[in-house]
Amino acid sequence: MNTQNMISSVKSTLKSFGLPRIIIGLFLLLLFILAPFVGVNIGTSLSDTLNRFGMNAVMVLAMVPMIHSGCGLNFGLPLGIIAGLLGGTLSMQFNFTGPSSFMMAILFATPFAVILGWGYGQLLNKVKGGEMMIATYVGFSSVAFMCIMWLLLPYSNPTMVWGYSGSGLRTTISTEGYYLHVLNDFFSIRLTEHLTIPTGMFLFFAVLALIIWAFLHTKTGTAMTAVGSNPVFARASGINVDKIRTLSVVMSTWLGAIGILVYQQSFGFIQLYMGPFYMALPAVSAILIGGASVNKATITNVIVGTFLFQGILTMTPSVMNSMIHTDMSEVIRIVVSNGMILYALTRRTEATR
Amino acid sequence: MTLQRTKSQKVLRFLGNNTVPILFLVICAFGIPLSGYSTNYLVSEVVVRIARNSFLIVSLLIPILAGMGLNFGMTLGAMAGQIGLIFISDWGIVGIPGMLLAMIISTPISIALGLWCGKILNMAKGREMVTSYIIGFFMNGIYQLVVLYGMGSIIPIRSSALVLPRGYGIRNTVNLIGIRKSLDNVLTIKLFGVPIPLVTFAVIALLCIFVLWFKKTKLGQDMRSVGQDMEVARAAGIKVEHTRIVSIVISTVFAGYGMILYLQNIGTLNTYNSHMQIGMFSVAALLVGGATVSKANIRNVFLGVILFHLMFIVSPMAGKNLIGQAQLGEYFRVFVSYGVITISLVLYEVRKKRDRGDAGQLLAAEQGEAE
Repeated sequence: MNTQNMISSVKSTLKSFGLPRIIIGLFLLLLFILAPFVGVNIGTSLSDTLNRFGMNAVMVLAMVPMIHSGCGLNFGLPLGIIAGLLGGTLSMQFNFTGPSSFMMAILFATPFAVILGWGYGQLLNKVKGGEMMIATYVGFSSVAFMCIMWLLLPYSNPTMVWGYSGSGLRTTISTEGYYLHVLNDFFSIRLTEHLTIPTGMFLFFAVLALIIWAFLHTKTGTAMTAVGSNPVFARASGINVDKIRTLSVVMSTWLGAIGILVYQQSFGFIQLYMGPFYMALPAVSAILIGGASVNKATITNVIVGTFLFQGILTMTPSVMNSMIHTDMSEVIRIVVSNGMILYALTRRTEATR
Repeated sequence: MTLQRTKSQKVLRFLGNNTVPILFLVICAFGIPLSGYSTNYLVSEVVVRIARNSFLIVSLLIPILAGMGLNFGMTLGAMAGQIGLIFISDWGIVGIPGMLLAMIISTPISIALGLWCGKILNMAKGREMVTSYIIGFFMNGIYQLVVLYGMGSIIPIRSSALVLPRGYGIRNTVNLIGIRKSLDNVLTIKLFGVPIPLVTFAVIALLCIFVLWFKKTKLGQDMRSVGQDMEVARAAGIKVEHTRIVSIVISTVFAGYGMILYLQNIGTLNTYNSHMQIGMFSVAALLVGGATVSKANIRNVFLGVILFHLMFIVSPMAGKNLIGQAQLGEYFRVFVSYGVITISLVLYEVRKKRDRGDAGQLLAAEQGEAE
């Protein structure tokens, strides 16, 4: 009797955790166990995983508000990224250096994120039910539009524009001398020769995550959850559904903008033109791996998902390469991330409004 | 009874229903003089592209009939077609027999992929488009696994022109010299100096006739009713899930054939890119022709190919002549392709709402009369 109870409780826990998540978790664990045997330094791998966790976590966090308000997965993340790119390049254009350039980048990015996010939110309010497909294409077309703009906008900082013509931004711009590693090096802890913890980046993410968590517990935040779970009921209780949805989209877009800046300060380069094109997919699949669904997401989902997803991305190339001398990581990345999105899309949720 | 409308309302409605084609006419009207191309050159280019792309675009029509929206999963068929082409290049079979064999090889792969895709789409009713879009990405991973790692190691490929120097995996570009233009060149006539590949057009015409005929069959009618209302169709005894799967299978198989037709015209296969681009371009072209997510016909296909590719041909040159950078024109056409899909999707959703509003007005008018 007791064992039966235990089995059923284990079963229900497993069910709530979801089979794909368990497989991915076990796979990552296996990679970490295998790593020392095939000559991969575990310290370096862990350090890389932590670093990439910090780089991507904010962009994954950007999914949360929109999922909460029922706008679905934010495939339009590139729009937020564009706001971040504008902020970063403007801050460099006005020659802010060091940590102040990062602050200024956030400051410059904010109005763009708010304006673009507001417009994007208005658009999504007109197309309730078809948000995800339209979000994807809003992202794509805004990236393509900005490709034209990067060529035409009158940037003049010589570290950013093409050398021979003196106009048009380069495809990749180094953040060295500007905000390279401003968060990474902030109180970074060096445990061993190979293992470094980028404390600043974690702190920054923790602050943002805390703000979002606290926000979701305020009156407006609760209203947002209500709109997401049952818009008709929400309207009946006097919530302005469209306004709340727009607010969630603005928040997501702003977090996307901040997310790309955090990413760049660690990565070292600003990638323009087609760079942001496919950046939504890794963020979307990360939060889904963490246990979120199309209409439900928590901060824990963000943390778990980003760690699992980035862990696999870091570990597969090194371990696979040393094991079978073939780099199949790209294929694994495509299959895992898109497989996860497919899994989430095919769950039977009440989201088919 | 219908609602009485004023003339201006009618004009607005016409403009609203044809926003995208009109927008494109305007772009082309500005672009053509700016590019400085001769009419003859433009016409012959457009003819080539009609022959190259129409088959692929027609393959999108049947899922739209079944109410499943734009089948971004057509990339699956394209992958199957490419696998067929890789095999015939390896076996050295050339000309029309080569093409036919590639089609035969692609068919079972397409059917299997289509069945799988249809099953998944049945699990994601109401968001078929975004799901089929992700299915395309997902299968791209599997395709890479098979072609980049499986071919030459597990699946025997002998030709060293195909296999990467490391001993397995297919090269990034495969030269399809054996079947290059083999169908186009069977019978070509020159009309005002413009070469027209008659046989290719005949094949496309056959497909169009098939689609028109198919719409009138029992299965086609079933699809239409499933597309209009799944629950009503189910109540009428139609196997909804089955019908939807069949529509995706047909579309996937045709997409495979279309890809083979497309690549025989181009003559080289970009092993890891061709299929990804083709989905986006086909969908954009169909939408440019005035199709919507729920309604598309053959006229949309051809109008779409002509307008979309006219824009595609003229925009780099127009960009160069206007601002001095050809790159700008290229970004512009990418922007327009995505922009068109965005606008069409948004308009579709908005129109759906408006039609619901109209139904309300109609009801109100009827009730007003009854009183």
